[in-house]
Amino acid sequence: MIDREPTSSNAEAGSRPVPTLPISRRTVLQMTGGAASLVTIPNMSAQSAPAPGQIGKALERVRLIVNGEARELELDPRQSLLDVLRETLDLTGTKKGCNQGACGACTILLNGRRVVSCLTLAAMHDGAEITTIEGLAKGEELHPLQAAFIQHEGLQCGYCTPGQIMSGVGCIAEGHAGSPEEIQFWMSGNICRCGAYPGIVAAIADAAERT
Amino acid sequence: MLPFTLEKAQTVEEAMAAATAGARFIAGGTTLVDLMREEVERPERLIDINALPLADIHVEGDALVIGALARMADVAAHPEVQALQPLIAESLIEGASPQLRNMASIGGNLLQRVRCPYFRMLDAPCNKREPGSGCAAIDGLHAGHAILGTSNHCLATHPSDLAVALVALDATMRVMGPQGERNFPVEDLYRLPGDTPHLEHTLLPGELIIDVHVPAGAYSRRARYLKVRDRASYEFALVSAAAALDIEGGRIREARLAAGGVGTRPWRLRAVEEALIGKAPDRPAFEAAARLAVQDARPLKHNHYKVELLPRTIVRALEMTGEVA
Amino acid sequence: MTTSVIGKPLPRVDGRAKVTGGARYAADFNQPGQVYAVIVSATVGLGRIAGIDSAMAESMPGIIAVITHQNAPRLPYGEHKSYIDPAVGERLHVLQDDRVRFYGQPVAIVVADTPDRAERAASALEVVYEAERPTVDPSDPTVTPIVPEAAAGHADTSRGDADGRLAGAPVKIDQIYEIARENHNPMEPHATIAAWSGDRLTLWSKSQFVVNEQAEIAAIFGIPAGNVQVICPFIGGAFGTSLRTWPHVTLAAMAARQTGRAVKLVLTRKQMFFTTGHRPRTLQRVALGATADGKLTSLLHEGSGETSRYEQFTEALTSASGYMYSCPNVRTQYRLRQLDIGTPNHMRGPGEASGIFALECALDELSYVLGLDPVELRRRNEPEIDESENKPFSSRSLMKCYELAAGHFGWSRRAPEPRSMRDGRLLIGMGMASATYPAYHAPSSARVRLLPDGTAEVAVAASDMGPGTYTSMTQVAAETLGLPMDQVRFSLGSSDFPPAPSHGGSWTMASVGSAIRAACIAVQEKAARQAVADQRLPVFGAALDAIEWTDGRLRRPGDLSAGQSYGEVVSSLGAPIEAEASSQRDKDAAERYSMHSFGAVFVEVAVDPDVGTIRVRRAVGAYGIGRVVNPRLAASQCTGGMIGGIGMALMERTVLDPRDGRPVNAHMADYLVPVNLDIPRLEAYFVEEVDPHVNPLGVKGLGEIALVGMAPAVANAVFHATGKRVRTLPIRIEDVLTA
Repeated sequence: MIDREPTSSNAEAGSRPVPTLPISRRTVLQMTGGAASLVTIPNMSAQSAPAPGQIGKALERVRLIVNGEARELELDPRQSLLDVLRETLDLTGTKKGCNQGACGACTILLNGRRVVSCLTLAAMHDGAEITTIEGLAKGEELHPLQAAFIQHEGLQCGYCTPGQIMSGVGCIAEGHAGSPEEIQFWMSGNICRCGAYPGIVAAIADAAERT
Repeated sequence: MLPFTLEKAQTVEEAMAAATAGARFIAGGTTLVDLMREEVERPERLIDINALPLADIHVEGDALVIGALARMADVAAHPEVQALQPLIAESLIEGASPQLRNMASIGGNLLQRVRCPYFRMLDAPCNKREPGSGCAAIDGLHAGHAILGTSNHCLATHPSDLAVALVALDATMRVMGPQGERNFPVEDLYRLPGDTPHLEHTLLPGELIIDVHVPAGAYSRRARYLKVRDRASYEFALVSAAAALDIEGGRIREARLAAGGVGTRPWRLRAVEEALIGKAPDRPAFEAAARLAVQDARPLKHNHYKVELLPRTIVRALEMTGEVA
Repeated sequence: MTTSVIGKPLPRVDGRAKVTGGARYAADFNQPGQVYAVIVSATVGLGRIAGIDSAMAESMPGIIAVITHQNAPRLPYGEHKSYIDPAVGERLHVLQDDRVRFYGQPVAIVVADTPDRAERAASALEVVYEAERPTVDPSDPTVTPIVPEAAAGHADTSRGDADGRLAGAPVKIDQIYEIARENHNPMEPHATIAAWSGDRLTLWSKSQFVVNEQAEIAAIFGIPAGNVQVICPFIGGAFGTSLRTWPHVTLAAMAARQTGRAVKLVLTRKQMFFTTGHRPRTLQRVALGATADGKLTSLLHEGSGETSRYEQFTEALTSASGYMYSCPNVRTQYRLRQLDIGTPNHMRGPGEASGIFALECALDELSYVLGLDPVELRRRNEPEIDESENKPFSSRSLMKCYELAAGHFGWSRRAPEPRSMRDGRLLIGMGMASATYPAYHAPSSARVRLLPDGTAEVAVAASDMGPGTYTSMTQVAAETLGLPMDQVRFSLGSSDFPPAPSHGGSWTMASVGSAIRAACIAVQEKAARQAVADQRLPVFGAALDAIEWTDGRLRRPGDLSAGQSYGEVVSSLGAPIEAEASSQRDKDAAERYSMHSFGAVFVEVAVDPDVGTIRVRRAVGAYGIGRVVNPRLAASQCTGGMIGGIGMALMERTVLDPRDGRPVNAHMADYLVPVNLDIPRLEAYFVEEVDPHVNPLGVKGLGEIALVGMAPAVANAVFHATGKRVRTLPIRIEDVLTA
């Protein structure tokens, strides 16, 4: 939605105005924050950034129950739950797709609810129960939704799959898997760029019936 | 992300005290963490308010009361919300994604920051982020931006769908601060950018949103939210409209209308409402009234289409109110 | 053969790994002592770096290194050019000078002990630029289209007198079509983990071409290729963006060498819009002249694509216009427009997807002028041979595709008049388009090992970005060896394996599959040769042409005994038997035939006449792609391609700010791709097609053609629904609002 400036810019086409902007060099400089011929881009950090080393309380002690196992951690409050899972606990099944809450690849269950772990500060969830894709199967026995994803071609490259499955588990638990249309609506927070959506819907519908 | 300290508030008083000393509240974090990662938001001290007892949803008299810490998903799924104010439920599930709605609080939803790409880019000027630095959108790309309530300093739209519904429904909010409790219309939470676009809302330092009160109206059950966008879900509105009608004897007795995606704040459409009163609820009446929505529109080069799209969205939303079972 | 598995709809062999989180993508290979690198991207669109003050960033907690052009090692950047690189120009040499060529170019790299600390310091790094205004709009008047140097010979093609005949044609169409820049945006961001051990480098790196990444990084660092290993067993989608080795791989390796640590470098989603290629923005003119009964008399196709100033990226924008339809007078022209942007690269259906959009929309426009059904117009112009090369097609089933898809779609129920079909308040439109893509076959190798336990190991340095390479290649090996699927283990994604071509251009099945088949046959021969020399085996002394492998057992033809299994032969010999073989296209066949896949796509859209929302309601595609190795995977790939086409038609567009070239919507919430709710019922069908000429497997490729044709079919349906012809992609609400 950000930009809807007409795409057309071919004068011959005649179908749309040509978006030529009378932009002077000076405008460009203003645009990038400079004053003279040199443009400084300090990312505006100097004013408000604390001096190096001065970072308040450095670490938070946090206890997370990850896939049923208690983990005692010392965390920088900045750490997202996603980074804690992947980088600290080496549970790399949960994927980073955008790190901005805009794709759903990092979906996990936090105290039983599906959330995006990239926008979740781990230190805020002391004592929380977290389920990731690694915690879904019972030993060798796949969770019914995992099995259904294989059976119904609910994946191609597999990268969004852990997030789709965790989101699907949440979708079924919420009671939002009553029809294909309902599943589509309630699974639209998980982008699949390969376009395995028909299989994803079929898998969730099937697993919902069986659970 | 800049380093910060994190504390957990156990009481409203604790939270207010910390905020008065400069700390920022965090609940769901879906806006704040995202913008902190971009270093657009740079709090040095965060107060986790999730332990406060502010997540209740209940009915008081004929008003629906929604606690500020209730999650979007829980509000949307609440039977009394669906029964008394279906517009709120509809506006909520049209927003964000199921995961984000599980996380985001009502208070945080209302205090979302604007959707302007330049606001998120530290290497672009933005009067909202850095007062006086200029507005990159005005001479740049602004097709998603506002046509109403803009100034020469800012064009950014407020992104909340819920706020559009609440503004339409004359909802009020209760806030608690060092100076005590205040109640005011949700509409008054939002400022126009004017020449101070960095000031987005009217909360005083240390104030905390406690809850939102939505009065019942005869129009409440005949209410719809229409969100127009390029993809069917998980996208901010190009244009949205919340419409509620009270019809008696084939005539419109009362109307409530607000729009999203077009204003620098959730945009109540009083002139359209007034024009509808006493009219038969039919398309000609809707079309005539909806034209009034764009009387004061100030489109720029790339968002001119919204001048056409807004009235059409209003007409369609009004028609949809008649499709309510 | 009882064990035949080619053609069976088998589930994915890697399904379990993918649904349990066990499939490991590049950034999942955490290494001991690993540190984190973050790229600092230029914030101006053109100019030079006037200064960098690293002192503050370097003093921040956890910072291990800040590398800029001022302190970066001068890398040898030895000569290296693969067919996947533009033939003209030189890759970006990263951190080697102070020049900024486009917005977002890497200007520094920060390494820290945690991701958060690296990001913070990267943001705090002070870079001072001398900025100039870049040119990023291909129709900027200062841009002069150039003839692509490497394609100079076929940038212009002509037969007959297209221009002359157009002027005198009884019926004509002459229009301009535009397609926005698109970014691949796979779900997996580009990522590399680099670790040095002495002068040996290991890269766990997202790549569709591991052997090229190995050779390129070796050339850049001036070390033998054998010192570099590239590992990539899983790719989280790529669609072309990981064909080339982009600067971040060099930066990861550089940072690892400078710090002496294993370094993980993952691009941010925003950075995915800067330096990893994109589908170039294109401008095209298509002019058609026809007789009153719809026979094409003239076809002109002129197109240009954007490229960077430092490389000439070319794609087959106009080539399908030469062979798609029968027409005696055809002229095509292809040009490049050089801009201050990063180099584009191949994106699913490169060239054809863009060119076919223009051609198929123009055909549709012509059908309305003629008052002829769009399918019938195409039928009347079906060529007997490839008229651009004067060769027969190795196979071409386009007429059958129309028939099959139109039948399943219910095309006969379409009312011809635009804006004449409704469903309640919604305007309904039905449109169709043809699709094509070349059936390539690139040289590939493969290795097969027979083990004493009777199983076989197959290895190729191939890739699987999602189509199901693991599964389909296992099928080929199982079929050729006569083994059950679970007795074959197929490995890919390591540069140590026998070389494969890049994983793109829809040629993996043909190329790698044929090599695996050849290697399986080779290992059977080798095993047989050894078996007849082994006194302990019943076939001892038999003539080689008197025995054969059937159903995984070695015996004489007609011999009703069990014969010997692979396991028995290998065990008897005491050591695994291994063979390597390669495959490439038969030169004679290539000279005699024109080889392409063909398909047809039919689409129904609903347009809201009030608010202009456009939704695809259903789509049916039919494809003639030779043999289908796994119909289940093929159908999934087709519907996935249709979904990509819906994105191309209605959503996808990267927008650059003309003032400094920054992509304004470099965010997954702003660069729209379809979500689940956008996707209607999609159906894919395959025409029975036997093509003995393309390759030993008879496969023509599917990944690209699955997307080609979708966007014009949607655009044609939008016209049918609204009466408004939109010639610019993506088609958006405001385009049809006032229809």
